[in-house]
Amino acid sequence: MGIKWDEFFITGDPLILGSQIAILLTMIGAVAGITYLKKWNYLWTEWLTTVDHKKIGIMYIISAVLMFFRGGMDGLLMKAQTARPEMEFLNSQHYNEIFTTHGVIMILFMAMPFLIGLMNVVIPLQIGARDVAFPQLNALSFWLFFSGAMLFNISFVIGGSPDAGWTSYFPLAGKEFSPGIGNNFYAVALQIAGIGTLMTGINFIVTILKMRTKGMTLMKMPMFTWTTFVTSILIVAAFPIFTVALALMTFDRLYGTHFFTVSGGGMDMLWANLFWLWGHPEVYIVALPAFGIFSEVIATFSRKSLFGYKSMVFSILGIALLSMVVWVHHFYTMGSGPAVNSFFSITTMAIAIPTGVKMFNWLFTMRKGRIKITSAMLWALAFVPCFVIGGVTGVMLAMGAADYQYHNTLFLVAHFHYVLIPGVVFAVFAGLYYWWPKMFGFMLNERLGKWHFWLFVIGFNVTFMPMFFLGLNGAVRRAYTYSAESGFAPLFMLSAIGSIVLAAGFAVFCYNIYWSIRYADRNISSDPWDARTLEWSTASPVQFYNFAKLPEVKSLDPFWHMKKKNEGLTLYDSEIEEIHMPSNSWLPIYMGVIFGIAGFLLVFEWHIGSAVAAIGIFAGLIIRSFDYNEGFHVKKDEIHRIENAWRKTEGEVHDHVS
Amino acid sequence: MSAKVDTSLPLEYQTEQDRMNILGFWVFLGAEIVLFATLFGVYGVLYERFAGGPTHQDIFVIKDVMIQTILLLTSSFTMGIAIFEMRRHNLKGLITWLVITLALGAGFLFMEINEFIHYAHEGATMQTSAFLSSLFVLLGTHGAHVTLGIGWATMVIIQLVKRGLTPTTARKTFIIGLYWHFLDVVWIFIFTFVYLKGLVA
Repeated sequence: MGIKWDEFFITGDPLILGSQIAILLTMIGAVAGITYLKKWNYLWTEWLTTVDHKKIGIMYIISAVLMFFRGGMDGLLMKAQTARPEMEFLNSQHYNEIFTTHGVIMILFMAMPFLIGLMNVVIPLQIGARDVAFPQLNALSFWLFFSGAMLFNISFVIGGSPDAGWTSYFPLAGKEFSPGIGNNFYAVALQIAGIGTLMTGINFIVTILKMRTKGMTLMKMPMFTWTTFVTSILIVAAFPIFTVALALMTFDRLYGTHFFTVSGGGMDMLWANLFWLWGHPEVYIVALPAFGIFSEVIATFSRKSLFGYKSMVFSILGIALLSMVVWVHHFYTMGSGPAVNSFFSITTMAIAIPTGVKMFNWLFTMRKGRIKITSAMLWALAFVPCFVIGGVTGVMLAMGAADYQYHNTLFLVAHFHYVLIPGVVFAVFAGLYYWWPKMFGFMLNERLGKWHFWLFVIGFNVTFMPMFFLGLNGAVRRAYTYSAESGFAPLFMLSAIGSIVLAAGFAVFCYNIYWSIRYADRNISSDPWDARTLEWSTASPVQFYNFAKLPEVKSLDPFWHMKKKNEGLTLYDSEIEEIHMPSNSWLPIYMGVIFGIAGFLLVFEWHIGSAVAAIGIFAGLIIRSFDYNEGFHVKKDEIHRIENAWRKTEGEVHDHVS
Repeated sequence: MSAKVDTSLPLEYQTEQDRMNILGFWVFLGAEIVLFATLFGVYGVLYERFAGGPTHQDIFVIKDVMIQTILLLTSSFTMGIAIFEMRRHNLKGLITWLVITLALGAGFLFMEINEFIHYAHEGATMQTSAFLSSLFVLLGTHGAHVTLGIGWATMVIIQLVKRGLTPTTARKTFIIGLYWHFLDVVWIFIFTFVYLKGLVA
């Protein structure tokens, strides 16, 4: 357990050396820039210590976009390596590391925070609340996620990346076959981020159960709120399993226990079972909120109520329930026997039923609607056919017997990209274009948005469609190269070209953010899409207390009816009361930092240092226990001023849809 | 966010924030159930994989385990009395019974640490076999929870002494009470499915 300083920094690879220099320069640049602009104080008081759900949501989204870049780079490197047979761009070890980090980052550090970010921004507004149930816990969730994400990301320049796949199956991921510290990063960083996610789940369950505004019964909640609620339940039900699995992995790797090892009576497939007992619900944890986003976007831009609201709710519950009983379909080839495999085949195929119900509900929502083709709506429209391809190939994979043919091929890889990219990435883009004006008070450029959309969707199909056929022809996943005689070369090349188009789409997206920040029209309505739910009834960007008076709800699509009947929209002076809000706190970011330090030391198996840092964690908990800060009250005058500022200018603004 | 106080309810339920904290803690206990269920599942899979090492009968000392069980079950009972005293607004009684609870918890912990030392002397360590790995991690997780609970309850007692019974301190006491009972329930499962089952195997 001695410290191997010579192995501390990864050396000898020009790509990684370049990254190290780039990271160093970026960090120096950021610190110098903030110092030059004298923004440290602003950054600390307005962002780093904030407990405001909207700001926390925005920080989640910024992190997610950065992680999207990192994970996308990994993807491009893989595509470059496999573009031609026998390429020598990356060696096999480097390729192993890259597909591992690509998977982990895209699922846990891109998809999850992107959705949780949108949930944070939108859910309290949709239910007419002033914040989440536990604002400070919410900030802690963010900082633990961020700490875990950073810890995972530094692995490629310090210490070495994990290289056993995002599933990290044993015995490969054990100390015996992966003696480096790479997989320690996996075990520890995901553990830290996972605690944050669990806290988010608890927070949103309580928020949605207890903080809905007057009149909003469960069956009057917007669909995004429903999906967030069910997702939060899934988080609470599934994440502790991963916590245990990762803890046992840590024990096996660091302390020589025999849970998953080949020797000592351990059982390697126990890991696979535990991983997927969490991992399959995890897929729905990211898919369900995405479905909620599509429901909001489709209803708004079809200018109709969501079709089949009740059946939507029951489908979500059905999907959530089924998601807990399908995990074995990830390893039919384990050899559990025909009875077990048949059971899991049937449960897996059954998921197509509630999902199909949702599909038809979306289509019927659009039927006879006055559809507006905005960027957000385009993503929702493209989602339908693309996701159906992913779903149908999923049913093919669900058949236990047939799966022996597809298992471990690129067919599977194509399938889950066809599920996760339309199902999650399209959704977060739709959500971002849709809610952007609510977050920032200006819109993303629609013209650039359409470039982004077409490049991304075409690139996505060109990248992943060939992989279905490659997989059926026998190309295995996670192989860093292939021979010229295999005949795979043309389709691999096509796929690589597609990935460049995909990346160009992402670049346009980034440019769109830049362009819109600089040039977009600031003088817009607080309800630019003529939308239906409560978040649009307040200012854009939303004032820190969300609502001067809490709205009252009588039906689904409450804001739509408020606009139609013109009731509840005006604010009378007599209605203004002092508002109680929580104070900022330095504890969440402190906890993030101290968890990061303790985790980092644990990764390097420097146990004493790690234990010392852990004292800092307990110190933070004790300080929190003795913290009796009751928050503060916003005075009537201030509310007056803020409300007048945005309410007066309404009516002189540029409407964008109607 | 509202600070409205409903004095018709028990102290710990009087404000909306306190009600949300208690519900949130129940949800957290749900997550804890999943966590322990997973550990029990792992133990259930590995519990006969001795890898040539000691078996249940070789190491379990039922007399010590019985004492541990009685200590912890009694502590759950005294915790119940503490909450009862809290409902009667009897601060002194509350603190007295909390201290008794923690003393019993510490006794349990002392016995458990001795048990682990005893196992190690018998050559049964976490590294010996899959059975022992899962045994130590299951018991250790429970023991770590008890340790954390003792530290946490001590913080709450200090606040009770300093601030008396307020809705906030009452809520904190109530939540640590829930936590303590939960650990007791987990122990009942450990006693049954680890010790008793191990001895009749």
